[in-house]
Amino acid sequence: MSIDLKTIKHISKLSRISVDEKKAEKLAGDLNSIFDFIEKLNELKTDNVEPLTSVAETTLKLRSDEVKSKNLRDQVIKNSPKENEDYFVVPKVIE
Amino acid sequence: MMSDITKQSLSELVENIKSKKLSSSEVTKAFVERSEKSKELNTYITEDYANALNKAKKFDEKPNLDLKLPGIPMAVKDLFCTKDLRTTAGSKILNNFVPTYESTVTQNIWNEGAILMGKLNCDEFAMGSSNETSFFGNVQNPIDKNLVPGGSSGGSSSAVAAQLTPITIGTDTGGSIRQPASFTGTVGLKPTYGSCSRYGIVAFASSLDQAGPMAQNVKDCALLQEVISTYDEKDSTSIDFKRNEYSKELTKDIKGKKIGIPKEYRVDGMPKEIEDLWKKGIEYAKDCGAEIIDISLPHTNYALPTYYIVAPAEASSNLARYDGVKYGFRAEGENLIDMYEKTRSEGFGAEVQRRIMIGTYVLSSGYYDAYYLKAQKVRKLIKNDFDDAYKKVDAILTPSTPSSAFKIGEKTNDPVSMYLNDIFTVPVNLAGLPGISIPAGHDAKGYPLGLQIIGKAFDEQNILNIAYAMEEKINFKNNIIDWWIK
Amino acid sequence: MSKNKSEYLINRHDNQYEVVIGLEVHAQVTSQSKLFSTSATKFGAEPNTQVSLVDAAFPGMLPVINEFCVKQAIKTGIGLKAKINKRSVFDRKNYFYADLPQGYQISQFKDPIVGEGKVILDMPDGQKEVGIERLHLEQDAGKSIHDLDPKNTFVDLNRSGVALMEIVSKPDLRSPDEVNAYIKKLRSIMRYLGTCDGNMQEGSLRADVNVSVRKKGSKEFGTRCEIKNVNSIKFMQMAIEYEANRQVDLIEDGQTIDQETRLFDTKKNETRSMRSKEDAHDYRYFPDPDLLPLEVSDDFIENLKSEIPELPDEKKKRFIEKFKLSPYEANILVSDIETSNYFENVIKKSDVKLATNWIIGELFAALNEKNLEITESPISAGNLSKLINLIKDGTISGKIAKTVFEQMMEGDKDPQKIVEEKGLKQESDPKALEALIDKVIDDNRDKATEYKSGKVKLFGFFVGQVMKVSGGKANPQLVNEILKKKL
Ligand SMILES: [Mg+2]
Ligand SMILES: [Zn+2]
Repeated sequence: MSIDLKTIKHISKLSRISVDEKKAEKLAGDLNSIFDFIEKLNELKTDNVEPLTSVAETTLKLRSDEVKSKNLRDQVIKNSPKENEDYFVVPKVIE
Repeated sequence: MMSDITKQSLSELVENIKSKKLSSSEVTKAFVERSEKSKELNTYITEDYANALNKAKKFDEKPNLDLKLPGIPMAVKDLFCTKDLRTTAGSKILNNFVPTYESTVTQNIWNEGAILMGKLNCDEFAMGSSNETSFFGNVQNPIDKNLVPGGSSGGSSSAVAAQLTPITIGTDTGGSIRQPASFTGTVGLKPTYGSCSRYGIVAFASSLDQAGPMAQNVKDCALLQEVISTYDEKDSTSIDFKRNEYSKELTKDIKGKKIGIPKEYRVDGMPKEIEDLWKKGIEYAKDCGAEIIDISLPHTNYALPTYYIVAPAEASSNLARYDGVKYGFRAEGENLIDMYEKTRSEGFGAEVQRRIMIGTYVLSSGYYDAYYLKAQKVRKLIKNDFDDAYKKVDAILTPSTPSSAFKIGEKTNDPVSMYLNDIFTVPVNLAGLPGISIPAGHDAKGYPLGLQIIGKAFDEQNILNIAYAMEEKINFKNNIIDWWIK
Repeated sequence: MSKNKSEYLINRHDNQYEVVIGLEVHAQVTSQSKLFSTSATKFGAEPNTQVSLVDAAFPGMLPVINEFCVKQAIKTGIGLKAKINKRSVFDRKNYFYADLPQGYQISQFKDPIVGEGKVILDMPDGQKEVGIERLHLEQDAGKSIHDLDPKNTFVDLNRSGVALMEIVSKPDLRSPDEVNAYIKKLRSIMRYLGTCDGNMQEGSLRADVNVSVRKKGSKEFGTRCEIKNVNSIKFMQMAIEYEANRQVDLIEDGQTIDQETRLFDTKKNETRSMRSKEDAHDYRYFPDPDLLPLEVSDDFIENLKSEIPELPDEKKKRFIEKFKLSPYEANILVSDIETSNYFENVIKKSDVKLATNWIIGELFAALNEKNLEITESPISAGNLSKLINLIKDGTISGKIAKTVFEQMMEGDKDPQKIVEEKGLKQESDPKALEALIDKVIDDNRDKATEYKSGKVKLFGFFVGQVMKVSGGKANPQLVNEILKKKL
C-alpha cells in the first residue's frame, strides 16, 4: 500500500495543517515507511476479537446536575490571541 | 555543604528537613543554584526560582513537618498545567499559555508541602523518544555530551540524573518515563492506567497517558507515587481502588515471588549487552529469592504497530483544540480556514504534524476498520497475553529499552527506528499495566541500561518491592562528572 | 384515486410524486448544568459568562457526565415507547469550526442511549405512526456572530456543551402537515416529561430535514438532501415544499439529484447547497477515550419509568372514556401539558361538559385575542370552575356568565363577587317572576289576545319582554314554564 500526494493533501485538509509540495513529499515518504511497518498487523486474524477501547474496566461515573462553574469570562478570555472583553474573535466567516 | 545537599536523595532531604538539620530555604537554594549552573543541559523551559525561594522562606517561617514532602523543591515536566506559570507542552503553539488552573497530580504534590522550581523540557506534546522534538531545543543527557536523555520526559530524566531536582514527575504514553529513566540511570514508574488523574495534563493519547514519578532510587519513587496517586472525580477514567502507602509498605522481602521472562522480548538485532543485562537481572531476582518462570507474550511484536495507530488517532483529535482561537499561538490568516492552517502548520513541529496526519488518516472514512478498529482488536489480544501470563506469575522482567542512549541527531531522520526505542515499554501502556524501570548496569560506553518490571493492574506495591530488592543487589552507581559545569 | 384526503402529491405532466421526509430533531435537554461540565445553561446570559474551562477546551480539561441529562434522555426514550440501551458509547465527531472549541463534538454514533421507538400522530383522516430510529445525547456548539464587525466573526461559547437529544425519525413522513403534527407531538411529549421546554424561539428545538421524492407507488427511496438546522415549523414546511419541487423539477428534467446538505434561506424562501463536494466532510468518529461506556442498570431504568407522568396519548384516551369528550375536544385539551393541567384543575370541582365548552370556546378565544398562553391566563382554573358552578346551579344564566367572564378576564376576580356586586344573580323565585310576567301580560293585552287566538309565534315576544324587564336576570326556564301557564 502506498500513500500518494493526493491522500496527503486530503488528510492535511482534514487536519487543518497546510502542506506545500515539498512538505507533502516528505510526509508521503515518512508515512509510507511508517505504514509499511504498521501493515504487520495484517498477519493477524482478528475477526472474532472484541475491540478494546479502554483498559479501565469500570463504567462511566455520573455527576450530579449542579452549577459549580460560575462566570469565568475573564479567565476564559484572558489567553485569547485577539483582545476583546466579551468574545473570542476569529477572521470573518462567510457562510 | 551546598553540593552535598543536591547529592542527597529525597528520603534523606525529607529526613533532614523534618529533623531541622536543613531548612527548606537551604535545600531550595542548593537546587536552584545547581540548576542555574546547568543551563547547558537545557532541562528547563520555564524557571520559577524566585518564587520557589520565596515559598521556601514562607515554609520555614511556619514549617509543617507532618507533610510528606515538607518544603522539598522540585521541577516538573512541562506537560502539567500549573496555575499562573506558563505551560507549553514543549510546543510553540502554547508558547505563551498561562493556565489559570492546576493539574490534580501537581496539586497533590503541593498539598504535601513541595515547592515548584520550574517546568522541565519535553518532546513536543510528549511525542518523541529523545527530547529532540521540543520547540525549546534538545536536552543534554548528563551522562555524556551530545547524548539524548530519552523522551518524552527528557528534561525530567536529565534533571533528576544531574541532581537539579531531587525528584520529578513525567508522563508516559508509550514509555516516556521508563525509557528516559533507563537512558539516564534513574528510576521511573509508569502507574496503572487510572491510578493518577489526567486532569490538567496536556493530553497526548487519552487511553494511554499516565503521570508517574521519576527519582534516583526506588524508595523515593514509592513516596512520590503515594503522593500523586489519588482518585479524582474530575477524570472519568480515574479509578477508585484501594491505594497503598507505597513507601511505608515497601519491603525487600520478595521471596517466592514468581517472575516471568517473556521469550518474545528477545528481539532481532538486540545488542548482546542488553541480553547480558537481562540475564544478570534474572540472576539478581533469583538472589532475592524470586522464582523465575518462562512465559510467552505472543503478540509482543504487534504492540508497536498497534501503538502507532491508537496513539496518533487519539492525538489527532486531542490536538484539534489548538486552533488559534481560544489561547496560544495564532498566525494571521485571510479567513478562518487559512488562519487554522497557518496557525497549526507554524505552531506544531514536524513530528507532531506527522502524527496528526497518521491519526487523521487511520480514522478517515474507508480506513477506520482497516487500521483503527484492527488496532483496537490487536490491543485486546495484547492485553489477553498479559492476563494469561499473570495466571502464572506475579510480575514480568524485561529490559527497559533495546539499546542505551544514542547521540543527538542520530535517529531524527528515521521515524521508524526512533519508534523502535519503545518496543519494550509500549505493550505495558496498551495493556494499562504498571511498569518500573530501574538502572541495572552500563554498556561498553559506560552508558546506563535499565531493567523493566511489569506488574498486574493496581499492583504497584509488588513491582516497587521487587525493584527495591533488586536495587540493593544491583548496587548501581551513575558516573556523572558534571561536564557541563564550568 | 386515493381516499386519503390529506395525501400530499406533486404533479408534473402525467407524473405524481410522493415526498419522503425524515427528521433529525435537536432538542435541548432541560438541565441546570451542561452535559459534561458544571457551567449553567440559562438562556440569554451575557456572552461567554457560562463557559467553563471544559467548555472552552483548555489543555488538560476532561468531560464528566451529568447524570440528570442521562435520565432525561432515558425518560424521553420511554415517552417515545423506545428501546433503552443499557450500554451506550460516546464518540467524537471531528471537525473544525470557530464555535466548536474542542475541534470535535462529543456525540453518540454507533451505540446510542435510546433505540427504536414510535410516535402517533392524529391527522384529520386518522392516526399515523411515525417510527423513531434512535435518540442520542450530544453536546451543542457555541454561537458565531457574523454581523457585529465587518472583518471579524465573534464567538460566544455559552451554548457550548449544553446537552442535546438528537431524535432521528424513520423516513415515514409524507407531507408538510405531517411534519407539523410530528414536531408538535414530539414537543408535547417532551414538555409532559419535562425533558425539553420545546421553545423554538430560543433554539431549544431545531431540526435537520431530510427530503427525497419518488414516483407515487415506487418502493425505492430517491436520493435525499438534508436541510440543516431549521428552527421553526413554518420554515420546515416551506423548506420541504421548495426542496421537493426542486427535486421533482430535476427529475422531470432528466437530471440526477446530488446527495448533499442544504441550507434554507428564510428571506428568499429557497434551499441552497452548503458545501461543494470536494470539501465533503469526514467526521472521523471514534469512541471518546476520555469517557468510558455508559452503563445503566434495570433498576435505574425502572425507577425512571415510575417517574413518567401520564402522556398525551393515554390522557386523551382517558378523557374520552371517562369524561365522554369527543376525540376532537380531547385532542385540543391534551395537546399541551399546561392546557391539560388547567382543564383538570377546572373539572376537579365543576361540570366537565360545561368546562370543556368554556375552555375550548370562550377562554381560548379570549386568550388568543390577547395573545396569551394558558399559563398567563388572567382567569385561574379555580375561578373558572366557580363560574361554571354558578351557571350549573342556576345562579346566573349563560348569557350573564359571558358578562361575568369578560370582567374576570380583566383580572382574576372571583365570579361570585362580581355577581353579588353587580346584582347579576338570576331571578329564580317563582313568585317574583309571576309578578313580573303578570305585569308584562297586562302591558300587552292585545298581543296576549292574539296569542290565545292562535298566534303562538308571539310566545318568543313575551319571553323577550320578561327578560328585558328583569334586566336579563330572569331564569329563562322558569319564565317559559310560568308564561305557558299564564297565557
Ligand atoms: Mg444531521
Ligand atoms: Zn446532532
